[in-house]
Amino acid sequence: MNAGRRARRLQEFLLTLPSFFWLSLFFLVPTVLVFILAFRPADPFGGIGQGWTTATIRSLADPQYLAIAWRTLWVSAVSTGLCLLLAVPTGYAVARASERRRNTILMLVIVPFWTSFLIRVFAWKSILHPEGFIKKALEFLGVVDPSTQLLYNLTAVILVTVYTSLPFAILPIYAAAEKFDYRLIEAARDLGARPFQAFRKVFLPGIRQGLITAVLVVFIPDLGSYIIPDIVGGPGNELLGNKIAQRVFVDRNLPLAGGLSIVLILAVLAPLLSVLVLQGKKGGTQPPPGNAAS
Amino acid sequence: MKRSRFPYIVTAVVLVFFYLPILILVIESFNASRFGGAWRGFSFRWYARLFHEPAIWQAAKNTLLIAVSVTCLSLILGTMSALALHRFAKSRIQRFHYTLIYTPLVVPEILMGISLLMAFVAVGVRLGMLTIVLAHATFCISYVALTVLGRLQDFDFTIVEAARDLGATSWTATRRVLLPMLAPGLAAAGLIAFTLSLDDFVITFFVAGPGAETLPLHVYSMIKHGATPLINALSTLLLAVTFTTIFLSQRLNKSGALEGGQ
Repeated sequence: MNAGRRARRLQEFLLTLPSFFWLSLFFLVPTVLVFILAFRPADPFGGIGQGWTTATIRSLADPQYLAIAWRTLWVSAVSTGLCLLLAVPTGYAVARASERRRNTILMLVIVPFWTSFLIRVFAWKSILHPEGFIKKALEFLGVVDPSTQLLYNLTAVILVTVYTSLPFAILPIYAAAEKFDYRLIEAARDLGARPFQAFRKVFLPGIRQGLITAVLVVFIPDLGSYIIPDIVGGPGNELLGNKIAQRVFVDRNLPLAGGLSIVLILAVLAPLLSVLVLQGKKGGTQPPPGNAAS
Repeated sequence: MKRSRFPYIVTAVVLVFFYLPILILVIESFNASRFGGAWRGFSFRWYARLFHEPAIWQAAKNTLLIAVSVTCLSLILGTMSALALHRFAKSRIQRFHYTLIYTPLVVPEILMGISLLMAFVAVGVRLGMLTIVLAHATFCISYVALTVLGRLQDFDFTIVEAARDLGATSWTATRRVLLPMLAPGLAAAGLIAFTLSLDDFVITFFVAGPGAETLPLHVYSMIKHGATPLINALSTLLLAVTFTTIFLSQRLNKSGALEGGQ
């Protein structure tokens, strides 16, 4: 028996080692490195200098960066809210559709996820463009003035963010809505609840887990948004991601890019930890949020 | 009780919202007009122009080379990882292992890009094709591992036990029974890794060096420097590739479901 157990241990070790080693080397260590290198001075050739300094971290208190951090949070929060508003009815509709129809709609929701992110953002740039389809259509309908600029503002950033994040919100909400027992809504209605009351007091709490997952998988990646503000946002509407990229590609100051990344990491950790703490209090070890991608 | 039509209307609107921009982009790629907007007649001229851009073909070659290497690497590492996660699910090591596999999926891409760039610079690795492959494999492992793990959880292990009862060693049973039956799942995971590598921009942007331009990087520089009709044509071609890939993986999924038998 002992030999069998040892063989099992060896097998576990051999199967685990490669991915464990790889992810430690290329994910864990680099992440820790960001925290260390932010305390190194930059060297003039775009590399990392010798010695230690806290100047980089102190320079982050610059009002310019605070404004950008705030804008990043705001854009992510509004986009997440809008995604939920669209994803809850959609998730419900998909869960209640016939099986055939459900598979078709799910497929249609997933396909955009697989198409190039860059191309989808570019598609929006060209239709919001002054000569683009949406602009012309809205002008024709008399909704906007020919001089209105649809591109290069925060609304465009939020619109495209919602566009790219929405599938991630729909999938976990659908997954939760599919498991929901709809007799509960009928019961609430029988007991005199109006449709909206039944929806708010019975359905929403029933799909709570799906809502939490949706918020996490939309809000967190949105915090690191970079392509969208870069392509449809214009210079006045940069987010944290743009600042990080500028420090890397424009003035090649890696430590400062590292400092800004720390801010981003903290912003990412805050919602994750608060969900973990909240769920811990509720008792019971919930499995980690389902993987929206697979 | 009459159900509200509202959710169905929202769903229809959402689907139009999803596909309208893509559809317009595809239509525009056949527009003869240089500046988009007004329709100047159907034309393949932008596709023809693509063939005279050697940079695009070089970028396509690089992208494919990277995607194939990444697919192989992440399939091997990800499948081993899924087997460990599944077989030793109760062990403490595997709980940490699972967190390590799961976290790259929730971390914003830009953080992965910047941290890998810093690691490569700190160690003094020259940025190029190799660094792109290393970076892509890092996030593809997680997708492969979780996809294969999902398949393993639905897998009927009595067949493997039968093989063991008939005298197969653990390794033989894995190699001759488990892996062949898992093949459609592995193929689907491989396609996911392939597509992700093919499409990745943000991480690639950070870890790419001179002479290692991929298609998304090229598309990005085209977006930055004008040339709209050409991007439309190139994008349409790339969309066609992605749609074909999805179609294939869907087929594999279906055959996988039949064989897996819940």
